[in-house]
Amino acid sequence: MTSSTELVALSSEQFECLRLIVGHMIPASEKHGVPGADDPKIMADMAGTIGRDFDALSAILDIVNAAAGGHLGDLHTAEQRDLLADLRLRDSALFGVIEAVAARAYYRDDRVLKSIGVEPRAPFPQGYVVDEGDWSLLDPVRRRGAIYRDAG
Amino acid sequence: MNDPVDVLIIGGGASGAAVAWNLAETRMRIVCLEQGDWPQSSDYPSNGRNWESRQSEDFAISPNRRASSADYPVNDDASPIKVANFNGVGGGTVLYAGHFPRFHPSDFRVRSLDGVADDWPIDYRTLEPFYALNDRMMGIAGLAGDPAYPDKEAVMPPLPLGKTGETFGQAMNELGWHWWPCDAAINSREYEGRAPCINLGHCGHGCAQGAKSSTDITYWQEALRNRVEVRTRCRVSRIETNEDRMATGAWYFDANGEEVFQPAEIVVMACNGIGTPRILLNSASERFPDGLANSSGLVGRNLMFHPYALVRGRFDKTLDGFRGSRVFMWSMEFYETDPARGYVRGYCYQFTRGFGPVMQAINGMADGLVPWGEGHHDAYRRLFDRQAGMVSICEDLPEEINTVTLDTSLRDGNGIPAPKITYRIGENTQRMLDHSVARGTEILLKAGAQDIVTRSPLSYAGWHLLGTARMGTDPKRSVVNEWGRSHDVKNLFIVDGSVFVTSGGVNPTSTIQAIALYVSDQIKARLHDLFD
Repeated sequence: MTSSTELVALSSEQFECLRLIVGHMIPASEKHGVPGADDPKIMADMAGTIGRDFDALSAILDIVNAAAGGHLGDLHTAEQRDLLADLRLRDSALFGVIEAVAARAYYRDDRVLKSIGVEPRAPFPQGYVVDEGDWSLLDPVRRRGAIYRDAG
Repeated sequence: MNDPVDVLIIGGGASGAAVAWNLAETRMRIVCLEQGDWPQSSDYPSNGRNWESRQSEDFAISPNRRASSADYPVNDDASPIKVANFNGVGGGTVLYAGHFPRFHPSDFRVRSLDGVADDWPIDYRTLEPFYALNDRMMGIAGLAGDPAYPDKEAVMPPLPLGKTGETFGQAMNELGWHWWPCDAAINSREYEGRAPCINLGHCGHGCAQGAKSSTDITYWQEALRNRVEVRTRCRVSRIETNEDRMATGAWYFDANGEEVFQPAEIVVMACNGIGTPRILLNSASERFPDGLANSSGLVGRNLMFHPYALVRGRFDKTLDGFRGSRVFMWSMEFYETDPARGYVRGYCYQFTRGFGPVMQAINGMADGLVPWGEGHHDAYRRLFDRQAGMVSICEDLPEEINTVTLDTSLRDGNGIPAPKITYRIGENTQRMLDHSVARGTEILLKAGAQDIVTRSPLSYAGWHLLGTARMGTDPKRSVVNEWGRSHDVKNLFIVDGSVFVTSGGVNPTSTIQAIALYVSDQIKARLHDLFD
């Protein structure tokens, strides 16, 4: 479950490591007018929606910090990027949890949703419109006739 | 101890609901014990801005991830396919996509037609009236005239094809391959007081609109009006028997954690292909040392999933994205056996629309289509609202080495031994999966897709839990007879996916419920000599 307890449970070192990683993952873009995933508002949201991934995320952040010699933030930006690329190359699945945690917060931010053409709202109760489609496309399927085996 | 009842149903999901409704007219006293609670549509993720996050939290499909008080853990470490379910009134129908195909006539005759597995002791014609009744009770949208099936009635018009359906329909026509709008347990118009679909795109995590037909809002509402009692947050631990080798009722843990006995004249198991063998095996006693109803040794054996393969591609045009029902069209082109394909039996395709913003990012990065860093945003925008594809649902043949057993150390919240899954994909199924990936890729290329990604098998797709208490006329080769009664315990019935002899190559809920209606009809018809 998502709750504020997870916000305080992630240590400051882990949280900083997470911020640096997601900043490399999804940087800000002037071209698209969107913040990076390390934006403070998005990070606050992210910390509150770690949910059931907390244990796995916590373990991975510790691995990354350890691989950086203590703290990822002690490395220069280019060194951070190279280390993360190396770790991902060795075990891409390792970062699946971080990608999920980052995407869940980033791709529900109003600024990001507007940029990709999605109304920032809950699906219910308004719903969406889907085209009916062209039912005459089924005519060739009908003309072909039965294709099942009549086995009783 | 509770007052005795005539019928005790264990499990309030797809099959338990159908049995309860069908038996209610007898005026027998009927109680259903359900380990979960009543779902509340206001709780479903699509009510909130965090709808995609919550899909992987309290409405996740994995019981091990949800780990709520209603769930029991499943040790599926020894299986490439992980179990998906939902524990609560409505069961798996709360989270299913509503894809509602029937079995085909050939599915009941696989030994006679293809020389594999076993024929069922019943056939399509036996179940046909129950399929039709179930379609009306659940409220099925579809289009009559599908050449892949014998004639069947359409209860309401089909769901929209959308841009995605048009794109794939044109490609399938160019290939000369079968496709059709699918039967869907989703209202395309108002039906029996339930609202029509408004394309939330959220069928798989609970329908806030109530347009998707989960049994908590279909069968159960009718059954409650007919005085059936549903007792929630009651987890059955074991079934008790007497010296006559008859079931006398069931022990369960109530909402307060107290173990209570419910006496009953008839016990009906409706916990599907893992929950049912788990309880039967946990009911081992001096009279039934290998587990209840297990003289054949087949309780928990012959576990069948439907291994899924996924094929998706990126298009140069905007499609429907995440909007619209998850299910809208199928293909049965490769359903019936063709020896030239290198395997027997077959599979169907279930075509799928796009992902929501979050899931598009997660899948895009996992598939290597959306990079980290500078290229992230451009790549994401090339993909979002432009990806679509299909999954293949492959027939799994029964093999006794694929099992549900009791884990020696894992327990649920009440201390009841948890199930352990031991499963591997057979050679025939693997060849079928490979075939479906190759043909799916062909379809996508014909439709003009690029950046095609495949996954085979899909790990987190163990929805269909079948075969672990199979039906048959020979007590040495089956657990229940041809009308669902245990060979060993004359007042014990099984009505869920456990009784499947073979799996077919389609989603099983429609057939599970048709069997539940058929078995309960048999109970009504045989009331005077039911235990003979």
